Amino acid sequence: MKNLEITLKCHKIIGGYGEGEALVSHEPICFYLTDPKTGIVRERTHELAGKNLANKVLVFPSGKASSVVQIDGLFKLASNKVAPKAMIVKDVETVLIVSAFIVKVPLVDKLERDPFEAIRTGDFVRVDSEKGIVTITR
Amino acid sequence: MNLTREEERILKGEFGEGTQRALELLVAIGEAYDAEKMVPVTRAHAASSGQEGDLYFVELLANGGAFCRIPTTTNPVYDLDYFDSLFEIPKGEAEVARRVMEAYRRLGAILSWSCTPYMTENIPLYGETVAFSESSATPYVNSVIGARTNREAAQSALASGVVGKTPKYGLHIRENRKGTVLVRVNATLKDEFDCTLLGYYVGKRIGYGIPVLTGMSRPPNTEELINFCAMSNTSGAISMFYIPGCTVEATTVEEAFQGDAPGDRIEVTDNELEEIYEELQTTSGRIDFVMLGCPHYTFNQVEKVAGLLNGKKVHDGVSFWVCTSATTKALAQRSGYVDIIEAAGGHVVVDTCIDEPCWTMYKGKVGMTDSPKCAYYRRFKEAIVSRLQDCTEAAVKGRWE
Repeated sequence: MKNLEITLKCHKIIGGYGEGEALVSHEPICFYLTDPKTGIVRERTHELAGKNLANKVLVFPSGKASSVVQIDGLFKLASNKVAPKAMIVKDVETVLIVSAFIVKVPLVDKLERDPFEAIRTGDFVRVDSEKGIVTITR
Repeated sequence: MNLTREEERILKGEFGEGTQRALELLVAIGEAYDAEKMVPVTRAHAASSGQEGDLYFVELLANGGAFCRIPTTTNPVYDLDYFDSLFEIPKGEAEVARRVMEAYRRLGAILSWSCTPYMTENIPLYGETVAFSESSATPYVNSVIGARTNREAAQSALASGVVGKTPKYGLHIRENRKGTVLVRVNATLKDEFDCTLLGYYVGKRIGYGIPVLTGMSRPPNTEELINFCAMSNTSGAISMFYIPGCTVEATTVEEAFQGDAPGDRIEVTDNELEEIYEELQTTSGRIDFVMLGCPHYTFNQVEKVAGLLNGKKVHDGVSFWVCTSATTKALAQRSGYVDIIEAAGGHVVVDTCIDEPCWTMYKGKVGMTDSPKCAYYRRFKEAIVSRLQDCTEAAVKGRWE
């Protein structure tokens, strides 16, 4: 069976290349509320509660929470090598940009299609932020 | 983004790696928001903290030879010397704090270690373009002073301090400073604590936006404005607000909305404030400690604490903390207020924030505070949040019902 492959344009925020299995969250994410050793989401009421974001291509609307906790949260994940491989968001905010910049995780927005329609959890996604291209394989 | 020749040279590393990294971050933010160019900033406040994510970036800049080009103040970490004599801070945590503070010193920052630098150490002018992070600082300088800043992260504010620039987006553009929600205040506002609750409610209700408050029975004082800022930007993301007739940028409601109709309208009465007050309490009865000064207490507030504790004794089972800036403590010391608080068994501590790893001994304890923000970021188990005079009364009795 032939794989479906879609290539979409996007807007680079933090450059680089990352690929992996997609994990889609319709809710904003606070990295401080994940287990820094494993990357498992600890926020009990979150739709990703119990899911692991380590080495995934994370698709989510935006970040949340204060700069201190958000940056510290993603930094700890990256130090333990369980940060996402790339991040695709709908709305950017300064704190998320700073967080991604510090841990050097590619971050893009403005996908030419709604990312929540184009990407499903489990798809294989390649994010080439430098070229502004996202490739989805399923 | 259109960059100047100097900015291009910084990005090539001609001014050192630290400054290059700082500008790279600012360019990334500018690109994300489609900013056309960088604009000069003349002051910055970096919401430093004794945590690893912060340490990494500060050392990256300091080790790369960066130096602050403009006055750049720092947020509280904690007073290691003061705490050393009182209790043990885990070695690893103390080391992170020491390195953070040392790196900011090497960067040539003004080591205020205060979350209210706009009171004393770093005061913008009306219309000044600045980069201020920290929950109370961002809305205070935008609204009360009328300077212009975005809701910065500690790192982006520090990067601006080093480069002397910020991308032109968001609240640096007049049209974006337009009010979004009309808030009709029908609550009594009998004291400072009611303004604290009002801030917490407004932030929680609106989330993200620029509220325009009308109908207040009286203009808030300085401390009330500080608390309104800190609380609304903790329970929500309020970078700016208007109280026409009090804050400086608009004298009328129409002006605050730049001639447009309000996108939304809400009303706040005593009922809402009562509800939010109830919601903040997680327990009652015996307390282990009282924590005041989130945000850092002003001179007036320290004076008030001294007045309330004069001749009294804090209960044996209770520790009593007032967090403030080094400047304020020095002045309060001169006036004898620190002696009064210490004679009652309390501590006046500088450079320190409740949201720091130094308070690990309170992890399973019951704390009382006049600050919902302190309770929100709490590093302790149970919280009672009430007015200052309730906190001092409970400190003496050892309990609050």
